[in-house]
Amino acid sequence: MNPPSAQRIKVRPAAEREGRKDYISIRDFGFWYGEKKALDAISLDIPERQVVAFIGPSGCGKSTLLRNLNRMNDLVDGIRHEGDITINGRSIYDPGLEVISLRRRVGMVFQKSNPFPKSIFENVVYALRVVGVRDRAVLEEACETSLRKAALWDEVKDRLNDSALGLSGGQMQRLCIARAIANRPEILLMDEPCSALDPIATGKIEELIHELKEQFTIVIVTHSMQQAARVSDRTAFFYLGKQVEYDTTEKIFMNPSQAQTEAYISGRFG
Amino acid sequence: MASSSDSSTPRGEAFVWFSGLGLIIGLGMVMGLLALVLMNGATVFWAPPVPVAQVDDGRILIGQLAQRRIRAGSPADHPVYERQYQVGLRELNGNSYLWVDEAKIKGETFPADVLGLERVENGPAFVRPQSLRQSDGKVIPATDAAFETAFQAEVAAAGAVRAKLAEITRHRIGDVNAAMDKARVALRRAEDLKLADDVASLQKEIAALDGRFAVLQEEAKQVVAGGAVASLVSQDAAGREVVVPLTQVIRAWFPNRLDTWGRVKLFCSRLGEFIFDEPREANTEGGLMPAIFGTLVMTVFMSLLVTPFGVITAIYLREYAQQGPVLRIVRISVNNLAGVPSIVFGVFGLGFFVYVLGGSIDQLFFADQLKYNNNTPVFGTGGLLWCSLTLALMTLPVVIVATEEALAAVPRGMREASLATGASKWQTIRDILLPASAPGILTGVILAMARGAGEVAPLMLVGVVKLAPTLPFDGSAPFLHMDRKFMHLGFHVYDLGFQSPDSDAARPMVFATTLLLIVLVVCLNLGAIWIRNRLRARFKGASF
Repeated sequence: MNPPSAQRIKVRPAAEREGRKDYISIRDFGFWYGEKKALDAISLDIPERQVVAFIGPSGCGKSTLLRNLNRMNDLVDGIRHEGDITINGRSIYDPGLEVISLRRRVGMVFQKSNPFPKSIFENVVYALRVVGVRDRAVLEEACETSLRKAALWDEVKDRLNDSALGLSGGQMQRLCIARAIANRPEILLMDEPCSALDPIATGKIEELIHELKEQFTIVIVTHSMQQAARVSDRTAFFYLGKQVEYDTTEKIFMNPSQAQTEAYISGRFG
Repeated sequence: MASSSDSSTPRGEAFVWFSGLGLIIGLGMVMGLLALVLMNGATVFWAPPVPVAQVDDGRILIGQLAQRRIRAGSPADHPVYERQYQVGLRELNGNSYLWVDEAKIKGETFPADVLGLERVENGPAFVRPQSLRQSDGKVIPATDAAFETAFQAEVAAAGAVRAKLAEITRHRIGDVNAAMDKARVALRRAEDLKLADDVASLQKEIAALDGRFAVLQEEAKQVVAGGAVASLVSQDAAGREVVVPLTQVIRAWFPNRLDTWGRVKLFCSRLGEFIFDEPREANTEGGLMPAIFGTLVMTVFMSLLVTPFGVITAIYLREYAQQGPVLRIVRISVNNLAGVPSIVFGVFGLGFFVYVLGGSIDQLFFADQLKYNNNTPVFGTGGLLWCSLTLALMTLPVVIVATEEALAAVPRGMREASLATGASKWQTIRDILLPASAPGILTGVILAMARGAGEVAPLMLVGVVKLAPTLPFDGSAPFLHMDRKFMHLGFHVYDLGFQSPDSDAARPMVFATTLLLIVLVVCLNLGAIWIRNRLRARFKGASF
């Protein structure tokens, strides 16, 4: 029995960078699915252009919180929330703010890659098509830029008109990332983006996250502690709908202040 | 402790056999039906050798064997067979079909000179030719070597005359008549409204049309006079003399002299007439072109109407409506709609579409037509449009259910991905959900077409007739006449089988028509399946 200790996980030193420290601000946020309370009194600030990882055992509410940041949970019947979430100072629940415009600013990549049954090109430019961009040159340029950012360009540049469903799993997930960033959102939400991928594809996506951080604020939900340690600047640990600890990744993994965090990271439960 | 009867239950072997048996019974019945229709339908046009049979009561008959059956009431251990011969010559024999006890037939010979004739009137005839009286008065005896060639040439010439005559009477005179009707209505209107100029010009137009009519009639007379004087002198089985003018002969063949290739040619010629020509003799002879066309056009229109209605309804039910008890009731109602007897839809179609909708259209747009044409309705009577609408309504539940299921089967992730990029709900439906569920929707449309194409009962009320003078599609604007009554294969089967005066003569046609209807439905379905498979190939990998 040799559980991985906190010391054996390599932690990247947190790079403090410019930008607002409270770009996304979650205040006393509680959330219910019907009668079941999924989140309780969450309060945390996410700085601009940093990577924040949400970790915790299954069912702890980390995905629910993530899906609240672009109000994807609105699709579910019987939901209710309390508290507030602001992005750049403005509440996402502001009645004057349309959900559609919120989602255009907050891109999302899902656990299971979900390309549309269309060509690679149409997949990438979908977000531009829905806002009414028709100019072929603009679309092509956006397609190339996004695919380059998603490190997929070289692999697919010769078959942009082929069906996206013919790509490999890792390529599909990178295509989904390209699609999410095509209309230049400010924030990128990633819900366990690597859970269905092999280690090589995972490595590529993690590299990608490093590069995307220059332009986007990234919130990532992950089950892999190693991944959280490798890619994130800050980490939040959730347990049973409550926020146990939120700090720099270095602190969380080297010197957590809560015993529960320590126990989870060292693999004693969860 | 397990008894022996329990031991098979865990593996369910008895149930495997049981369900397999169910399948076999079901398949067997379908196969049996298809085999019966195929065998009876495909042999209608085949020309077998025709015997001359001596019956022991001294009669002699010439006829094609139509059926053989066990006589009703004969003992089971040594059954008495009887044969039905198609002897033709209805005007002499009273009936073209004759039942004879098999035991009473003394002998059958197949003389080479037996001649089969298909005639314009009075059905077929089987005779032994004596001589040919040609147009120029020459008489060629049947024993002459040149007889057959000369005879077939005269038959072909008479056929050409008949075709010319039909062209004049049916099409050109028909056009003149249609123009005349229109002009007369316009004239009545002009007179009523006291438009002196219009009255004058319309009267002139009618006079011109009268002139054209007279010219055409004269032309027709000349065609008749110019062509048809040749006739065939022959004897029937009893030795009576039968003189057949060749204008009456559509097709002639020597059934006992034909080689296989000749029979195949005859078969193809009859099949071609069946598919491409118009019916004759109260629909018991000739072709089915109007009915094929009517069925096809009606089915296509029905599909075009039902698809958008059904898809829009399903989108509302699945995507927009609040899921709850009300919606559940709506769904149950829609599903129950599929179980309503089709005749009820016919009654509804007549009451609502024809009288209310059609009546209103007539009031609004054809008021003049009603007023000046003896209240003859245009849309306020059965027609192609109302038939298509009635059947569209009838098949709506099928499309709704299929579309709802197809929409539900679109992976949730695809929906979320679209919404997460900032697409609106409608954009998601239009760009992602509908294309992805198109194969499923088409499956519903295929089912709807299959049901609609074979439906007869409601159509009898809202616009199908046994004989339509014109096709719903022709050269005069607006080309497709949705208000016209039309013929339908399903109704044709009913009409032939149960409404025709000579049920023996109609019997082969019933099978042939049934076969054609089945083939048509299969073709329509194959077309739709082909489209669906192409769509599927486009979305391959997606899970439907």
